[in-house]
This record gives sequence, structure tokens and C-alpha cells, in this order.
Amino acid sequence: MMKRDECFKILARHIGDAALVATYSSAVDWVDIAPRPLNYLSIGAMGLDSSHGLGLALGRPDRRVVVLQGDGSLLMNLGSLVTIAAAAPKNLVHLVAQNDTYEANGSQPIPNPKIDFAAMAKSAGYAASYDFADLRIFEQQVAHVLEQDGPVFATLHVAPTKPLKYDYPSLYAPEKRAAFKAEWNGRD
Amino acid sequence: MEASVASADVAAGELHGSRIIAALKASGIEYVLALPDIVTSSGLLSPIARDEDFRLIRVCKEDECIGIASGLSYADKRALILIQYTGFLDSLNAIRGVGVEYKQPICMMVGLLGHDPDKTPRASPRYGVRIIEPILDDMGIAHALVSVDADVAKIQPAIERAYRDSAPLALLIGRRPRAS
Repeated sequence: MMKRDECFKILARHIGDAALVATYSSAVDWVDIAPRPLNYLSIGAMGLDSSHGLGLALGRPDRRVVVLQGDGSLLMNLGSLVTIAAAAPKNLVHLVAQNDTYEANGSQPIPNPKIDFAAMAKSAGYAASYDFADLRIFEQQVAHVLEQDGPVFATLHVAPTKPLKYDYPSLYAPEKRAAFKAEWNGRD
Repeated sequence: MEASVASADVAAGELHGSRIIAALKASGIEYVLALPDIVTSSGLLSPIARDEDFRLIRVCKEDECIGIASGLSYADKRALILIQYTGFLDSLNAIRGVGVEYKQPICMMVGLLGHDPDKTPRASPRYGVRIIEPILDDMGIAHALVSVDADVAKIQPAIERAYRDSAPLALLIGRRPRAS
């Protein structure tokens, strides 16, 4: 199990100019570590992170998209694994921060913490699939995970490290969506 | 909001999928995000799947389409969501969040399974169809009924308006389009 903020700090060093799609606890922790216009946080409905990411990746195949989804969110949209694998965007990296709980909703457990998301992604047809629980190994391999042809999937087994403040009005502010769009279309 | 208008010639009408497809192309639709619906399966989805002018993304559940269309819109790519009314109802929370509250151009074409095309949707024999327009009105979502070929003329202006205003849209397909 990795400390989530330490894991995300490593990810932040490698994110470059990729779009980063995240919601809820992952988004709060991520934005604290890496505030940037290319964070895409306005998902609108729990579980849709991966679907927004697919749309972004299809729309700009010349740019990288990283989805940083919670385990509870992916459980609400497991079919997106199949849809993404079939659409096969080479520029999409799908990470799931698995902490085995609905952290933003009282840290209640997910129905089955034994679920193996990486195996599900692999069987759905992702180009590559990983499972990380050791920070040192994640740091060694993260660059390769982010750069290889996708769709790539990785489970990040993480534990929260601090109480989070959920400032949803700020996360979902319309000006952040506008800033994202300007940045997303502003570079070739 | 655009009111739904039933054409005068509904009773004697026909609806051709080829005309709808031409209107979608004229509207700049590049992506079709779909889950099969028996109302539109042979007359729309099958020819769209064969048409190289579209990129068809088949989804497992209809609400995926809402996220995909939103993501595409950030690159100014236009998408049509082709689903059954049951999938529309199942996707209401996503439509509420992404389409209405975030004001994203979510363009849906919704097959009215079990509807009698000689009636208006509000007078449909199917309960699930009768509630569609009231729900759309309550959510402030523009909608138009496409039941006969004359209604196809509504499609391009409605899609252009949805993308110009960055707002959701529902085009209700009231009868099975002919494949020809």
C-alpha cells in the first residue's frame, strides 16, 4: 500500500502536458499537489471519469490523457473498461486509486475490496495493465506506464494520508472548465 | 426552450434514415456514441456503422455517452448520442450534471420504443414515453420530435443551436426510420 500523496507526487513529476481527469478524493489530493489548467475535474456524475477521459483522448489523439479514477467511481462504470478497450485510444492512461472505500462519502467500504481491477482491464482488452502497491516500484515504472501506447491501465493501491477538505464549488468552477479548454486547444 | 411540434402529416408519414443521416452530416457530427435501440437499429445505427464519415463508439451503458461527448466537445468535436428512451431515463443524473449544470453540448437522439407514431409522445400508450417530454421540460432541455421526413429539417438547426449555446438537446425519434 502506498501513501496517496507520495504516489501522486511521483505522478506529478511525470505528468507533463497531459490532461489529468480526476474526481472526489483523488481530485482533492491531486489538486493540492499539482494545481494546473490541464486538470479536468468537472465530471458531473460519479463514475463518468473514465468516459470523459475517453472523449478527451479521441478528440485530441495527438495529446496524452491520464484518468485518475477512484475505485468507487470505476465500480459505477465498469462497462467503460470494455468501451475504452474497443475504442483503443493509444493516448489514454487509466489509473485507479484503490483505497477500498468510498472515502468522500464517509469512508464506507466498497462492496468487495478483493476486486482486481487490473485483471479486469486486461481481460477487457487494454494494451497493458499494471498493479502497483509499492512506491519504489511505481517510481521505477511510472514513466513507461505514461508513455507507452494505450490504452494502459494501472491500479494504484493507496491509503489516505490526511483528512481532505472537499471544496466542490472550487473544484467544479466554470472558469476552470474554460481554462482547461483554452489550454487543451491552445497547443499543437 | 424549443417546444415539441407534431407534424400535421404524422398519421400518413414516413421517416427515412438516409435523410436523418444526411442531416447529421450537415450538422458536423463526426462521432456517434450508441447503444442499440430497436427503433433506430436498422434504419440509423446499421447504416451509420457502415458509413466511413462517422466514427462509431459502441458503449456498454448509455451514461458513458454523456462523458464521452463532453470530452470530445473540449476539442470542438461534435457527437451524436443514439440511444433508447430507457437509456435516456437511466442517464438522467449524468445529463443533469454534465448537460444541464455544466452546460455542455450533449446532443441525444432518443428512440421512443413502444410509441404509437400517430400520437404525440405525451399521449403515448407507453408510460415511459409519456414522461419523456415533461422530464425534458422540467430540466430545461431543448427537444424536438422527429416522426416524419418533414421533421428532419429540425435536426440541423437544433444541433447548431446546441453547440452554439453549449446546451443539451434531445431529438425524439417517434417511429422506426426506414433504412433506405
